[in-house]
Amino acid sequence: MKYESQRVAMPYFIFALVLFVGQIVFGLVLGLQYVVGDFLFPEIPFNVARMVHTNLLIVWLLFGFMGATYYMVPEEAQTELHSPLLAWILFWVFAVAGTLTILGYLFVDYATLADVTMNKLLPTMGREFLEQPTITKIGIALVVVGFLYNIMMTALKGRKTVVNIVLITGLIGLAVLWMFSFYNPGNLATDKYFWWFVVHLWVEGVWELIMGAILAYVLIKLTGVDREVIEKWLYVIIAMALITGIIGTGHHFFWIGPPEYWLWLGSVFSALEPLPFFMMVIFAFNMINRRRRNHPNKAALLWAMGTAVMAFLGAGVWGFLHTLAPVNYYTHGSQITAAHGHMAFYGAYVMIVLTIISYAVPIMRGRPYGNSNTAQIVEMWGFWLMTVSMVFITLFLTAAGVLQVWLQRIPDSGEALSFMATQDNIALFYWMRFVAGAFFMAGLIVYLGSFFIKGQASPAEEVRGPATQDA
Amino acid sequence: MQTSAQTRHHLPGDLAVWFFIFAELAVFGILFIGFGVARNLDPNTFAAGRQVLHPWTGLINTIGLITASYLVAVAVHRLRHRQTGVTPLLSGAIAASCIYTFGKLWEYADLYSNGYNLGTDTFFMFYFFLTFFHFMHVILGQIILVVLAVKVKRGDYNGDDMNGMESGASYWHMVDLVWLVLFPMLYVLA
Repeated sequence: MKYESQRVAMPYFIFALVLFVGQIVFGLVLGLQYVVGDFLFPEIPFNVARMVHTNLLIVWLLFGFMGATYYMVPEEAQTELHSPLLAWILFWVFAVAGTLTILGYLFVDYATLADVTMNKLLPTMGREFLEQPTITKIGIALVVVGFLYNIMMTALKGRKTVVNIVLITGLIGLAVLWMFSFYNPGNLATDKYFWWFVVHLWVEGVWELIMGAILAYVLIKLTGVDREVIEKWLYVIIAMALITGIIGTGHHFFWIGPPEYWLWLGSVFSALEPLPFFMMVIFAFNMINRRRRNHPNKAALLWAMGTAVMAFLGAGVWGFLHTLAPVNYYTHGSQITAAHGHMAFYGAYVMIVLTIISYAVPIMRGRPYGNSNTAQIVEMWGFWLMTVSMVFITLFLTAAGVLQVWLQRIPDSGEALSFMATQDNIALFYWMRFVAGAFFMAGLIVYLGSFFIKGQASPAEEVRGPATQDA
Repeated sequence: MQTSAQTRHHLPGDLAVWFFIFAELAVFGILFIGFGVARNLDPNTFAAGRQVLHPWTGLINTIGLITASYLVAVAVHRLRHRQTGVTPLLSGAIAASCIYTFGKLWEYADLYSNGYNLGTDTFFMFYFFLTFFHFMHVILGQIILVVLAVKVKRGDYNGDDMNGMESGASYWHMVDLVWLVLFPMLYVLA
């Protein structure tokens, strides 16, 4: 760690991991509710648990992105953070607001929550993933604006690097697109348009810029490959992400009322959305093969490779599976969507945050060359347990989805099974998914355990060629 | 990723640009296949749509783009051999490509004023989307040509390192190539 103010990333990372645990706990609750319908009813109904599960994911990833940014931007710009105090204040504001919102979901019924938070003054609640009370949405906007101010003041006074430019562009996009969450037109089709401008253009647009920038940063640090080479790849990857991702939004417009041409545009452009992810795989493995140094933090390297591969599988391949309009006609909103959602979020965004945590946290704890061997081995066990479990969750949900489509969607209306009859037929897959989820939780516990393992920190690295200035 | 201009069989420009070019061609390729499939499903709509277009404007646009590509190719050749006149050639290419830009804008205005748009039918969806998507690429290509012309004029490129010039030129030729498929496909064969 070159700049003392980078340390402000630490609380963001810690809180992100705390929320991650919460997310998985509620994931398990949901997994069980799929097969034991009245589990925890009426205390925590399915819709509430789902809201908590998805909102926690979004919020902890935002904490992770912010932590990553506070760590990366000063080092890239070669200057101290503009205001560490502001970063601390915003941390507490965001943490308290986020926690209160989740507690609100759990302990107050949703209609009362809407009343108490005066949703009727500016109604924005009640939409999937954007369930947050309006006041929380305003809070998120203010936190992000303060955060961007802090980061941009830092970046502007120091060295301008491609990593910083791409990262900050992604974050500005994140903030700007969030504004659409305040627009809630009465017409349901129009509402869905703007809703997707937040949801899709985040995860299949600007978040990919953030992911690309973090991956590029970690690869520069771990491989010692020339910055120019890595930056060139980063440009090509984000160009592809935006070319395919922006018009690819059309794959959400298939059945919500817009003109028919979206069937074509959505299909064609989203069919190419795997490309930037595929390029990330080539990029990561190519840079690692050309590495000039063997960085002793093997765990971070594993996360970096893992995120490229799993993002390609989850976002790319599993997205492509059901993105073409003639296929999506049958699979829309089935368990295939859930399979894609799980592996895409884990592979692309959970793993990229865990990658930067794996790289940065040991440094902030005074171990510039990574944790002790034992700690790294435990962390890698966490990696494999979580990743393999996620693969199984995805496979079981995919099997459930295929069967669901087969029984409920493809037959003519008179012969098709009803929704609930279909659910009974695929319950076995839900049980298997639950077991895989339990293994995921075990992996998360092992992963978190690795932070508490002491032992001698890794010795200095072995340099494979001339060291670069970024060493 | 850098390639040397001296190598006999070298890849012109940067490998990263070629990744980009292939990705772009993949996008257009899939759209072309989609066009073919949709035309097979409904040939009458496509034939009727084609009648409305102005093949002469299309032809003039094509000549503008081919001329621009020729001038860019000559400019690359002259720069590689350290000859003068590179900037005027690039400026000429930009001017020639503007024939296309203005021709296309005129066509859009004409069709739009006659009530045709993206939602008219499947043919016009493809026509407007494909040509406008390509139009945006031409604009990007023109910006790249302006950057190249400025850099050559400032003396940033002197023929030692052809990477930037060849990358920009390769991209421009890709834009031209796509039009050479688009023109017959939309104006003649549809």
